[in-house]
Amino acid sequence: MAAPTTAPIDLSAALVMAPTPLADWLVIAPMGLMIGLGAILVMVRHRLHLHGWIAIPGLVALVLLDAMLLWRVAQHGPFTMTAGRWLPPFGISFTADLLGALMALVSALVALAAGIYALRDIDSTGRRYGFFPLLMMLMAGVTGAFLTGDIFNLYVWFEILLISSFGLLILGSERQQIDGALKYAILNLMATTLFLISVGYLYAIFGTLNMADIARQADAHSGTAPLVTLSALFILAFAMKAAAFPVNFWLPASYHTPRVVVAALFGGLLTKVGVYALMRVMVMLFPLQREELSFVIAVSAALTMVVGALGALGQNDLRRMAGFAVIAGIGNVMAGVAIGGTAGVGGAILYALHSIIAMTALYLLVGEAARIGGSWSLQTLGGIYRQAPWITAAAFVIFLATAGLPPFSGLWPKIVLLKAALDIGAWWLSAAILISAFLLTIALGRVFLLAFWRPRPAEMAVAAPSSPEAWQRTAPLAGLVALLFFFGLFPEIPVSLSQGAAASLADPTAYIQSVFPTGGAE
Amino acid sequence: METLFSVLIGVFFSVAIYLMQSKYSVRILLGIAIFGNAVNLLLFTAGRITREIPPIILPGSDILPMTTANPLPQALILTAIVISFSFFCFLLVLTYRGYQELGTDNTDEMRLAEPKNEPLPPLGY
Repeated sequence: MAAPTTAPIDLSAALVMAPTPLADWLVIAPMGLMIGLGAILVMVRHRLHLHGWIAIPGLVALVLLDAMLLWRVAQHGPFTMTAGRWLPPFGISFTADLLGALMALVSALVALAAGIYALRDIDSTGRRYGFFPLLMMLMAGVTGAFLTGDIFNLYVWFEILLISSFGLLILGSERQQIDGALKYAILNLMATTLFLISVGYLYAIFGTLNMADIARQADAHSGTAPLVTLSALFILAFAMKAAAFPVNFWLPASYHTPRVVVAALFGGLLTKVGVYALMRVMVMLFPLQREELSFVIAVSAALTMVVGALGALGQNDLRRMAGFAVIAGIGNVMAGVAIGGTAGVGGAILYALHSIIAMTALYLLVGEAARIGGSWSLQTLGGIYRQAPWITAAAFVIFLATAGLPPFSGLWPKIVLLKAALDIGAWWLSAAILISAFLLTIALGRVFLLAFWRPRPAEMAVAAPSSPEAWQRTAPLAGLVALLFFFGLFPEIPVSLSQGAAASLADPTAYIQSVFPTGGAE
Repeated sequence: METLFSVLIGVFFSVAIYLMQSKYSVRILLGIAIFGNAVNLLLFTAGRITREIPPIILPGSDILPMTTANPLPQALILTAIVISFSFFCFLLVLTYRGYQELGTDNTDEMRLAEPKNEPLPPLGY
């Protein structure tokens, strides 16, 4: 038995003494909700009729929580909650800043749309496979990656979303899916392992994993430690996750194999988590090293854009065409990271937000086109305009938005990026942005012409749609199209929010302040 | 001790990368297993390997003395081992299933998702 100590131990040197205010719990509420609902859905896996009733209200609640989070961050700046009351950097912190909250909110919107679409698209076999529990875990991983303030924790969220994406990818266990999943799984696992190696080296250099702590120490170490090498490793790992050229080949090999709603989720969310991590690490933690490596990022970005657009031009299968459109979008975001500064990074954030919505809408639309036309192939599709004029109108909006033509949301990020690229004299990068947009316009215009506009080829009998129209299919598409429309016509709010997010990335004083309110433990 | 381990990790990495360059999915899988172990060993060694000195922060100091093993990388490895092990199990099943369904373990012949002679989109109508 230890003798009772006479002096009370001063815990305030190690622990957060004040209880966490209720409002701060908001930052972990989205992940808590998603993991809890995922567990409940696993328990009721065999009561298929309950899945929709649990999952859709859960996703609505996720949207509301993320909206509250964004509201609070926009009003009062970043805020932090640290696990176990251990003072940062020892406890694992969750920090919501403008970038994380914005990405989380848009992802939640997209997940809600996909969840509603899945009510019709995923049959009882797919539900028994566990579509909805996996969707919940995927959203926990995605939201957690956006809101965590600890770099090893970021790795753990990456793994959570990766393992749920494996489950979603092979939903149905078709031969084609297994072929695609094998390539997806191996290459993505290598990317996260590379990320883990970089985290290990980072800890060896800094002795801390807390992002705010790293950000304030980065300058002190930049002269002595091999930070450029470390940054190059991080860039390789995140570029692989984001499907940037030349490590993009897993995406067109796998994204067309799962159910269309799964492909929509992946195309919208997963690659964006990669570019988010790239922005967080390269812009906030290692700004000097980003400057050093910006030429490498820029070349990769330009090639990604052009390769993606050329790939889209060469595809006969609608889903594979959409996969290459995703890659082209990633190139634009990388270009913004390469340009740097508030304008460039703001453009990248804006493009990422637009791309989350547009890519999910594109995949859902392609799914609708195939359902109505009875084929994925441009050779045989045709006459959709006659059968479904409203779907055709949605296609028009989504294609213009994806290609970056006015008056839809794709225009503004491209303008911001072009201006930022010209301002720093990177004429070839702006040329790549324009060429990629031009090629995408041709590719998508051709899809519109062949699949929607031309009369159905004579040798193809008019096939009845494989399943009838339903609001569960049209409502999500209409909602996403409305978002593309709205942000195209009223770009002030997203532009100012993304510029604010970029400014807080470039100067993370407020972020550091929220983690270490009193200067913190050294 | 650390020097020896560094050499060992180098061997692990080169073996893993060599195996992952193979065309055959089983060898790629073995490469991935070794790759994961190489990373774990790397983290383990980076935190110093010693057990003689307990990791106690001395009075008046904020960090561990330089002679002790840092326990944090060991905690990181525990997480990483669990994750890489479960992923390896999944990949093992997936590869076996791929062999059953596709009838080959040669990745060059796995062209089901990306067929060789896919038609080009029509040039006009």
